[in-house]
Amino acid sequence: MSDNLSIVLFSGTDDKLHAAATITAGAAAMGTPVSILLMYWALDAFRADRISNDHGLAYDASRPRWNEPVEHVGDIPWLDTFRMAKELGDVTIRACAGSLATLGLDASAMDPLVDDAGGIAAFLAAADGGQILFI
Amino acid sequence: MTTVTTPLSDTDLIAIESDKVVDARGSACPGPLLEAKKAMNTIQIGQTIEIWSSDPGTKGDVSAWSAKVGHTYLGTVPGEGYERTFVVRQK
Repeated sequence: MSDNLSIVLFSGTDDKLHAAATITAGAAAMGTPVSILLMYWALDAFRADRISNDHGLAYDASRPRWNEPVEHVGDIPWLDTFRMAKELGDVTIRACAGSLATLGLDASAMDPLVDDAGGIAAFLAAADGGQILFI
Repeated sequence: MTTVTTPLSDTDLIAIESDKVVDARGSACPGPLLEAKKAMNTIQIGQTIEIWSSDPGTKGDVSAWSAKVGHTYLGTVPGEGYERTFVVRQK
């Protein structure tokens, strides 16, 4: 496994956030540092006044399937999984400065899970040597 | 990443007479970084640019970019509602 994992988290639906939280927690549990950059709809989902809301499911969930519709996503809410990941290992969650500007948000509007705001070059430099995922 | 040299104090930074000021206030990431890169091409090696930015990510970005490309990031001081970041061209 590479020595660090970086995730550009762009999506804001519960299913994708849950997937990202699971990957983060797994990496953290294995001792792999994780760096997350929140962009657009993920950034919006991490707002202090919205983080506990129902964020719905991605389009894929609405396509016809043979099995039962998804009633809830995961046993544990994704935000709790992120919290556990931070307790387990080295996890940094950063608000993308560009997306903050696009959404008209100040970094202070974010849930305490978000460590700070940062730009793309700092994120990419920190990602060097490891892998970058886009979720 | 390159090793950290002795950081300049705020007083030292404010006293710098930069050779070029890049006013990127109002511009959001990645704007200020791209403007800094463009401006770097217009000064001589050894000269200093000063980037003004109201974007919170700029100082981290410029620091990382400087280390990666080989310029010297001197530091950042606050202005009124923006920050001033100083970089010396080395290449």
